[in-house]
Amino acid sequence: MKHMMKSSVAAFALALGANAAAAEGELVLYHWFEYIPQELLDKFTNETGITVTMDTYDSNESMLASLKAGGIGTYDVSVPGDYMVSIMAGEGMLDTIADGELKNKGNIAEEWSDPSFDPGRQSSIPYQWGSTSFAVSRDAYDGDIQTTDILFNPPAELQGRINMLDSQGEVMAMAALHMGIPQCSTDREQLKALNAMLQEAKAHWASFNSDTAKEVLVSGDAAVGQIYDGFAAKAREEGANVEYAYPTQGYIAWMDNVVLLKDAPNRDNALIFMDFLLEPENIATVTNFAQYNAGVNGVGDFLDPALAAQPEKNPHADAGPGVFIEVCDEETQAVYDQIWTNLKK
Amino acid sequence: MAAGAASGGSATTDTYKEARTWLLLPAWVTLAILVLAPVIMMLIYSFLTKEFRGGVIWEFSLAAYDQFFFDRGLFGDDPAKIEWTYITIFWRSIWQAGAATLLSLVIGFPTAYFIATRSENMRPVWVFLITIPYWVNLLIRTVSMKFLLRDQGPLNDFLMNIGLIDSPLHIVNTNFAVQLGLFYSYLPFMVLPIYAAVERYNFALSEAAADLYASKWTTLRRVLLPAVKPGVFAGCILVFVPSMGSFLAPDLLGGAKNFMIGSLIEEQFKGNAGNWPFGAAASMILLTMVLIILMFSTRQQAKADKAGG
Repeated sequence: MKHMMKSSVAAFALALGANAAAAEGELVLYHWFEYIPQELLDKFTNETGITVTMDTYDSNESMLASLKAGGIGTYDVSVPGDYMVSIMAGEGMLDTIADGELKNKGNIAEEWSDPSFDPGRQSSIPYQWGSTSFAVSRDAYDGDIQTTDILFNPPAELQGRINMLDSQGEVMAMAALHMGIPQCSTDREQLKALNAMLQEAKAHWASFNSDTAKEVLVSGDAAVGQIYDGFAAKAREEGANVEYAYPTQGYIAWMDNVVLLKDAPNRDNALIFMDFLLEPENIATVTNFAQYNAGVNGVGDFLDPALAAQPEKNPHADAGPGVFIEVCDEETQAVYDQIWTNLKK
Repeated sequence: MAAGAASGGSATTDTYKEARTWLLLPAWVTLAILVLAPVIMMLIYSFLTKEFRGGVIWEFSLAAYDQFFFDRGLFGDDPAKIEWTYITIFWRSIWQAGAATLLSLVIGFPTAYFIATRSENMRPVWVFLITIPYWVNLLIRTVSMKFLLRDQGPLNDFLMNIGLIDSPLHIVNTNFAVQLGLFYSYLPFMVLPIYAAVERYNFALSEAAADLYASKWTTLRRVLLPAVKPGVFAGCILVFVPSMGSFLAPDLLGGAKNFMIGSLIEEQFKGNAGNWPFGAAASMILLTMVLIILMFSTRQQAKADKAGG
């Protein structure tokens, strides 16, 4: 009950906010928490005179839910991950950027200029990319960590000391890599085996938490944490003796993208903002802050030199492939939802 | 309505009544918009067809309730059995909320009694002190609680330093941590109504009981408790009901390994599942259950009052 009330109140507040934001010289940004430095927003306002209003979210799914509940027409741009760009495009939530509307479009790095989730970059530009895998405390375990067994079939030293991301997509994709099955399997035997494997693995897990994925490693509450590469690097810098793994079975690759939303109230300003983020110097500021990677040519000169040398950024020779999270069809997704509920019931 | 006020020729009480109804209008409108409308919306949504990845299709469907009560296997085509998953989740929430309420009562009652028996100008100070921690956001208090309780946290350090334990107690990520978190979140809701009741209590009654050779225990049980029961009852409801729907403490302190009702519903809207009708149906079932519990206990209390009087 509380939730329904909260969301309808939020929708009401959004509707009010939308009117305020329709004035000229504004940009309404819907962004992840702690993912853009305030100095960069200030710089944007200084250069263009456009004031920025920002709301934040903590998962792709919660952004989608609040856009569905009335956020479309309120926000100009948001920052979905790869698979969420396909979903939002499928839902008709994205506007198309015509040829020539972005003068810096040519700055997009070759390998990110035509991604599977947005062919031809019709509605999006790269923001940051990186990987999701796991980090292991070297104080707790000194054996081989380059295997997904660490998460799903852990050695005795690590049992009961594992934190997983509280996110169905990331847990399921990693589990699929571990078992060597497709992410959207329709094979019943594979799905039953996946269900059984997760039930067994859960007995060794201490918690599911995304927001404090870094903190539990720094505090020592968890010896293993499923985590993004940049978070693992920050945990190490904050004193945790952790090593980030690139398992031989593979790891999750991701890319967050700035998208132009349908019915953006300040469409022109949204394009100015996207051009601003395609300037190497500006997007490098984000990379230095978040410690991931930019998908823009020429950022190298502006990056903190220490970043390139980070072990979290450099997969070893035996690392498995980096795979994007896949989008399953409705019928298949229903089975995965059921497996997730079984896991957390 | 304004005409009614003029028509009541002689009786001033009528005028007052009319005026009162009129003045209550803003409150009624606010309640209707903020309480009734969302509940009705939720009721309607629970009977609609789910749209893939959130949202609803405006077609009548019982699928959400079917999903709650019937288990059709991993692939949805086994013969229907009774679904225990969600009943288990509800039972877990009731149990956790009940334990937190009991804990709040055991700590809250003596606290309220203590405050109510201070001198008249000290009472507001104590009430003020009780509320101070609650100026801080609930999320921050819950995270702080986790830092206090964790294996290398101050609580374990202290207990090990004084030699009470040899190795740290594992409290974080257990059910007990969740109960502790809920207890801490809602304690003032227990203390304040009981305090209000005890403050009104006439202590001459206790003295009279003592004069009649009642032991202190008997006085508490037979004289004080019956007199302040409405306050205790209100406190229990105010702690129990929000604890049932809470998701912060279970997620942060309990490790989110097992759904509670609150997190199950949250998942339907903010998580991968995106099943709004099911979230609405689970909310409706929760609402109905709370209403039944409240009605049942109100009736029990009314009965007890009648028998007592």
